[in-house]
This record gives sequence, structure tokens and C-alpha cells, in this order.
Amino acid sequence: MTSVELVGREFSVIGSRVPKYDALEKVLGEARYLLDLEMPGMLHAKILRSSHPHARLLSIDASKAARMPGVVDVITARDVRLNNLGYLKDNPPLKWGKVRSVRDEIAAVAAVDPETASEALHAIDVKYEPLPPVTDPVAALEPGAPLVHEELGTNRVNLDFGLSYGDVEAAFQRADVVVEGTYRTQYVAHTPGDTMGALAWVDAQGILNVYTNTQAPFLYQRWLAESLGIPAHRVRVIQPHIGGAFGRNLDVYPHDVITAALAMRTRRPVKLLFTRSEELQNAPTKQPLIARVRQGATRDGRLVAREVDAILDAGAYVGWGVFDARVMQYTVTGLYSVPAVRFRTTVVYTNNPSTAAMRSAGNSQITFAVESNMDELAERLGMDPVEFRLLNANRPNTVTPQGARITTCAMPEAIREAARRIGWRGRHSAGPHRGIGFACYFHVGGGARIYRSDGCGAIVKVDDFGGVIVSVGGTEIGEGLDTSIQLIVAEALGVPRDRVRVQINGDASMRLWDVGTHASRGTFVCGNAALRAALDARRQILEGASKILGAPPEDLEVVDGFVRSRTDPSKGMEYDKVVRRMHFFSGAQGRIVVASSFYEPPSEEPDERWHGNVSATYGFGCQAALVEVDPETGRVKVLRIVSAHDAGRVINPNGFEGQVQGGVAMGIGLALLEELHLSEGRVVNGSFEDYRLPRVTDIPEIDVVSVGEPDPEGPYGAKGVAEGPVIPVGPAIANAVADALGVRIRDLPITPEKIWRALALNVQ
Amino acid sequence: MKLRFTLNGSAVELDAEPWESLFDVLRNRLGIKSVKTALCEGSCSACGACTVLLDGRPIYSVMTPAYRADGRSITTLEGLSRGGELHPLQSAFIEAGAVQCGFCTPGMILAAKAYLDGGGGPDEGGIREAIRGNLCRCTGYVKIIEAIRRAAEALGGGKP
Ligand code: FES
Ligand code: FES
Repeated sequence: MTSVELVGREFSVIGSRVPKYDALEKVLGEARYLLDLEMPGMLHAKILRSSHPHARLLSIDASKAARMPGVVDVITARDVRLNNLGYLKDNPPLKWGKVRSVRDEIAAVAAVDPETASEALHAIDVKYEPLPPVTDPVAALEPGAPLVHEELGTNRVNLDFGLSYGDVEAAFQRADVVVEGTYRTQYVAHTPGDTMGALAWVDAQGILNVYTNTQAPFLYQRWLAESLGIPAHRVRVIQPHIGGAFGRNLDVYPHDVITAALAMRTRRPVKLLFTRSEELQNAPTKQPLIARVRQGATRDGRLVAREVDAILDAGAYVGWGVFDARVMQYTVTGLYSVPAVRFRTTVVYTNNPSTAAMRSAGNSQITFAVESNMDELAERLGMDPVEFRLLNANRPNTVTPQGARITTCAMPEAIREAARRIGWRGRHSAGPHRGIGFACYFHVGGGARIYRSDGCGAIVKVDDFGGVIVSVGGTEIGEGLDTSIQLIVAEALGVPRDRVRVQINGDASMRLWDVGTHASRGTFVCGNAALRAALDARRQILEGASKILGAPPEDLEVVDGFVRSRTDPSKGMEYDKVVRRMHFFSGAQGRIVVASSFYEPPSEEPDERWHGNVSATYGFGCQAALVEVDPETGRVKVLRIVSAHDAGRVINPNGFEGQVQGGVAMGIGLALLEELHLSEGRVVNGSFEDYRLPRVTDIPEIDVVSVGEPDPEGPYGAKGVAEGPVIPVGPAIANAVADALGVRIRDLPITPEKIWRALALNVQ
Repeated sequence: MKLRFTLNGSAVELDAEPWESLFDVLRNRLGIKSVKTALCEGSCSACGACTVLLDGRPIYSVMTPAYRADGRSITTLEGLSRGGELHPLQSAFIEAGAVQCGFCTPGMILAAKAYLDGGGGPDEGGIREAIRGNLCRCTGYVKIIEAIRRAAEALGGGKP
């Protein structure tokens, strides 16, 4: 039975408001994060990083540090053989010969406490020959620019995400109106409560154990082992409660490898945990974007061509942030129906921070560019921006030029609902100093096949006592996957929800493989895996019950934990009793109820021309922002956000709303508040006082709307929604500011200063 | 120096160095692990994760020297639920969906408790003011406000 057949029947728990699975231990203060973990004899590690953004490393003398009391080990590149990290294998965990950013790891110390480790860092003597840094990605491409990786002979990274469909030039010729603009997004820090780190030790079997707040335990296991040069089956990854991650923890970083190497050398547990200032200075950042967007439309408002040229600053080493371009591709080619599209990318090495994916993995950046330009185009056409969007909206059962097969799609409904609820009456009619802006998004909703496998494994076990244990490979970082899994399994088995225990995080070696919590894929992919395992366990119970009750399995159902015949009400038994009886069937017929499943979504890995249906289904939405701008100070106050989403069937309303509200808040940070300021590649506002995260006082009223219909491939019809809400906030606010003031800010964040300058220019 | 204070209703006596923070004493010596820190160090006072109640008032325990607790009373999350009964704030946080990753939860609940104990009621403005020193990266605060509002109503606070 597939999920499709289950859509449309009455549900017992799907769609009901239930507490988050682990909320109780969290309100009791019993949840344990990396911060809370300690082991007997544990050492503390600290890393010495470069004092210069770009320099030759002439010498490193750690002998004095090594002799300090309390210091157990000091390592540099000379002491350990570690393999390079990263997709391009361009990042040595410990640097030698040269440093390319101020975050470059030069040496590491393991000591009895963090203070001793920090002191020892000061005793390490490093001689540098400073080189001129290059921190502007455009300047980095000019002839004669300092080279970050000299052996390559260029700062241009050998990665091309460009693609083109249709005759773009001819399409622009046909357009009556063409609008072009350049848009920029900033450096942003993920800043979960949990900082980065690891706790590693080697056990008596010689297995390297690592406690980590990774979002992708199985990739972590493989990449960590590769860098250390040991077989991956010698590595055990354990995830405690994770205090948020938002994409930061999708990779293995030098500090992971260094912590493990220290544990292997000292044979003692070693813990490394970034302080907040280390985190803001050294954690990978969101990928910044410079995008020139050109779009053309006919007089009646049909989009005919779109062209985007993107510059992506990789920093000193290529991290996953650069691969945000693969998400950008789908929005450039697929947000609204556009027949002729072209995307060109230039990826550049600089001495800036290396980047990671962050919630929406490029989509918030590119959607800011495209949706800001959409509004400018509508204005030039003299069209209502809502009408313009509706006219070009994505529709169900269509295929984008890049090959994304859109099945369910309620984008038009989302636009109408957003406009209606925000009280849209046309441009410049929100009142004095007030404005309303809209933006839509198109995002993966059924996993994302960016690796060869996008699958997840699940095990469902029903024990002799009626306990149901479901274990999934997926990772809980706060998003509520635990709760979706519990609901899906309880529904599929027909047992009360509180009988279902969810094993998530913890020891990854006891769980089945999963690619990680990213791309809004958890509920869809892991949920489908758990659903299939639960349906298999149910089938086993019905077959067992059939023998006990003397009724064919097709005649049996499980309702609220009771197995009964549909036709003969006298035949029935508690499910746990059935399971016990099955265990003790005579004649060596006994069996226990356990089922496993591995779900691979029916999607395609994009081909060498980046063409392919990367997700099993897609998510859509539209957001409206009502803002008020103080013309004296340039301060923007967001008064109200309407956030309408097609997430298929909402199976966990509390979780859905929480994702939307949290996403909107993060979007407000991107739009108005957050920016890591860099000077020669160094973060200058590296504390919570200087880096402005959204506080409760920044959050407006948020109207959360679901406009989706059940998706045929989703578990009980659900689509992914974790990232969607963050995507359109920036452009909706930028468009609202333009509606209020008549000036457009093309550069995030929209600070009072930028508005004030734009207004001053306007007056002149 | 010798300190005597009440921790979640029980008397505590210990020796602390003058430079030791209340946070370190609570977590490392008394095993109170519900108190979190986002490791704000110098800028601690900015995220609220290390909030505890000192004589009922919320303070940032990382920035508070332990000696300030002498002769006073400290409340942490461990002191809220009694005999298996959740505090109305704890049930409201669960029911309203105010918990995601949970890292901010202990500090949020304690800040809210100080607000309600001080006579704060279900009005949104008051609630927002009470938790403006506490950061949450996950929830967008909406359900946290809702949880505190529900708890305020359950406790009948804020009524004239
Ligand atoms: S840890 Fe004290 S305010 Fe952040
Ligand atoms: S729930 Fe994650 S920080 Fe608040």
C-alpha cells in the first residue's frame, strides 16, 4: 500500500495538535546538548588560528606550549597526517606553508582545562610573511590580484553552475519591457544557541567515538574517517540534543578532525566547543550573493525571458555555501513560468570566510534578487504586482525548463490569500509612510537529490508489551521531525500515539542511513520511510491476527490499538496481545514484529547540464509584508506578515506554524538586522551585542496560512516546509519599503542608513 | 569564601572563590544542568540562556558572581515542577508548541516566571517586554508569547 491510498480517509492523529515529542524533557531542563556533555579524564582543545588574512607561514614553534603544565598534546600540520576537506579537497585541517584567512587553523592544544589550553596557544610562536589580501570577489578576478591558491594560477574556482534554456536573446528581443538590476545579499551567521564543537574518544575496541551536533551523521562519519585516513567503520557518530543548526552542521570542518586527532593521539576524551565570539569569528557563514538580474515581459504582462549573472564569494576554501548555486538554478529557471532562462555563475576564492548552506540554501538570496526585480518590472509595465504574479504563477502539472516536474502547486491560491489577508488595494494605498510588498517562492518539497542517494531508512518494532519503537536515520535539530514521525507511525499502525517512541539522534550506528536534515526533506523522506515500515509492521500484525481470530487479513483492521474484523464484530483482540501470541505460536512458528524500510524519493540527480527533476514534489508560497517607515530616521517597522504556503497536507499543525513563524523571524533578520561586518576578512562585530539577531520586539503579527492540498507522494500528503517561510521575507519587505517610499534598496540588510541615503538621493 | 543560599527551596552551603560565577557554581558544583549558556562570555547579558531567578528576579548567571547569592534564594528550572506536577508555564510551553530546539527554553520559562510572579498578566505588550532579553533562533517567539499568555490566564494573574 502506498501513501496515496491513505490520503482522504479519516485520521485519528494526523493533523491534530500534539505536543512536540521531546518538549517535556526540554521544559524540565533535562535535554542534554553538546554543552552539557563531559567524560572522566576529558581534555579540552583550543585552536590557534592565523593572525593574518593572507600570509606565508615561515615557521611554527610549539615547543614552549608543549612543556606547559596541564598541556597534554600540541599538534601542527607537521605532527599529524590529515587529508584535505571539502568538495574540492582544498582545505587542509591544519595549514602549512601558507594561510588564506584569519580563521585558518595552524596548531591545536589539548589540555586539562580550557583556560590552560588558551594560555598554551599564546606560547606558540608563529612567524609569518604577510601577503596582500584580496577580499573583494570582483577585484579578485582582475589580472594581478593576489592569488589565494597560487598553484591554481587564478582565483576563479573551477565550478560552473551555469545553464541556459530557450533562445534567450530572441526572447529579450520580443519583450516590450526589460528591467535590469544588481542585488546583493550579506554575510550572515547561523547563530543557533548551540555553538560548534565535538567530543571525541577512542574506546577499548579502538573505535573512534564522536559526540557531535552534526545534521548529517552518516556523511560526517565518512568524511571524518577520510580526513583521518581510517576506515569509516571504525567511527561511531553520536548526536545529543541539538540546539539548532540551520545548515551550519552539514559538513565536517577542520575542528572536527582536529578534535578527533587529539583524542586518537592522547587516548583520552577530548572536547572542543566554540565560545560565542569564536563561533561568530570562525563558523562558516551564509553564502553572500551579487546577482545581476534582467527580466523581460510583453506589454500584457507575460514573462518571456530571465537572465541572472551571479558572483559567489567562496572565501578561502570551497564549502557547501557555494553549492547554494544549485538551489538558485531552480529558482532562476522555475520561479514563475518563464520560457527562456539563462544563469551564469562565477565562483571566486578570496581571503574571506568560507561559507555553508543556511536554511533555504541560496533560495532566500536569489529570490531576493528575482522578486525585487519582478516588482520593478511590474511597476515599469504599469501592472499591479499581485496581478503580475498571478498571471505568471507556477501551475500544477507543469515542467520547468530545467526539468522540475511540478505536480501539486497552489501558488495562485497563496498569492490570492496573501493579498486578501493583508488588505491589498493596489500600490501606494497602505497609508502614510506605509507600504505593502509581496514575494513568492519555489522550493524543493520532496527531498533534494543533491547526492546520489536522497534516501532515509527506518525501523519499526512492536514489542511483546505493546511498545512501538520507531528508529529513523534522520536528525532532530529542533524542527520537529520526531513529532511528525510519531504521528505518521501511530496513524499507520492504528495505535494510540503515546505507545510510539521515536528513536532519533543518539547513536547513528544503531539507525539506518539518512543523508541528513537539510532541504526541508525530513518529514517527507524520513516520514515516508517510517510510514512504509509501519505499514509493513501492521501487515505482519494483521497476518498474525488472522491466524488467531480465524478471519482473512483483508477483513481485519486496527483501530485505536484494537485489531478487529470489519464484518464480524465478535472477532477482535488488543494489538499487543496479538503480538504476544504471535511470539509464542506453537510448532516453531513464533515470530516477532519488526519491519524496516528504505525510502528513496522518485527524483532524479541532475545531469551534467544540471537538468533533472531534483525533488519528488515542490513547495510554494507567497508572503505579504506591511511595513511602516520613519522618513526621518529610515527605520523600518514590520507591522504584519501574511505567510501563505502550499505544504501539502499539514500533518502536524503546531510544527507547521512553528516552522513558518521561526522562518519569518529569521527572514526579518536577513531583511533588516543581521550582517557580519568584515575588515580584511575578519569579523568586526563578533558578539551578541554587536551582531543583531531578531528579538521578540522585532517580530510583528504573523498570519500563517496553509493553502495546500494533499500531495500524492507525501506521507499522508505532506510536503516539506522548513525552509520555504524564510525565503520571501527579504524581497517582500524590500518591495513594501519601495511601496511606502518610492525608493528601492537592492542591498540587504535594509538598514536605516541605506534608506536615509536613498531618500536623500531621491530628493536631489 | 563560605556561601549559604537556598536553591530551589533547599539550603545549600559551599565554598566559592570570589571570581567564580553563579553559573559555574550551579552547573559545575551543584550539577544544575538546565541552566544553559550560548557562551556569550563578554557579551553575556545578550541572549538570556543563562537566566536564573535571584530572589525571584531574572539575572544572567554567567555575569553574576556567586557570592551575590549569599543569603538569598535561587530558582532554576529544576525547582519549578514539584512532585511530578508541572508548573503552569511548563505545561503551557508544551501545549502551545513553544519549544523547538529547546536551547532557549529554560531561560525563557524563568524570565516568564519572574514576570508572572511579579503580577504580570496576559497582555502581549507586557509579555514581550518580559522576554526581550531572551533570544530564540527557532520559534519566532509567537508561540512563546502564546504559552506565557495561557499560563497567565491559568494562574489568573494580572487581574486588577
Ligand atoms: S549566556 Fe548569559 S546571556 Fe548569553
Ligand atoms: S527553541 Fe531553539 S532557540 Fe528557542
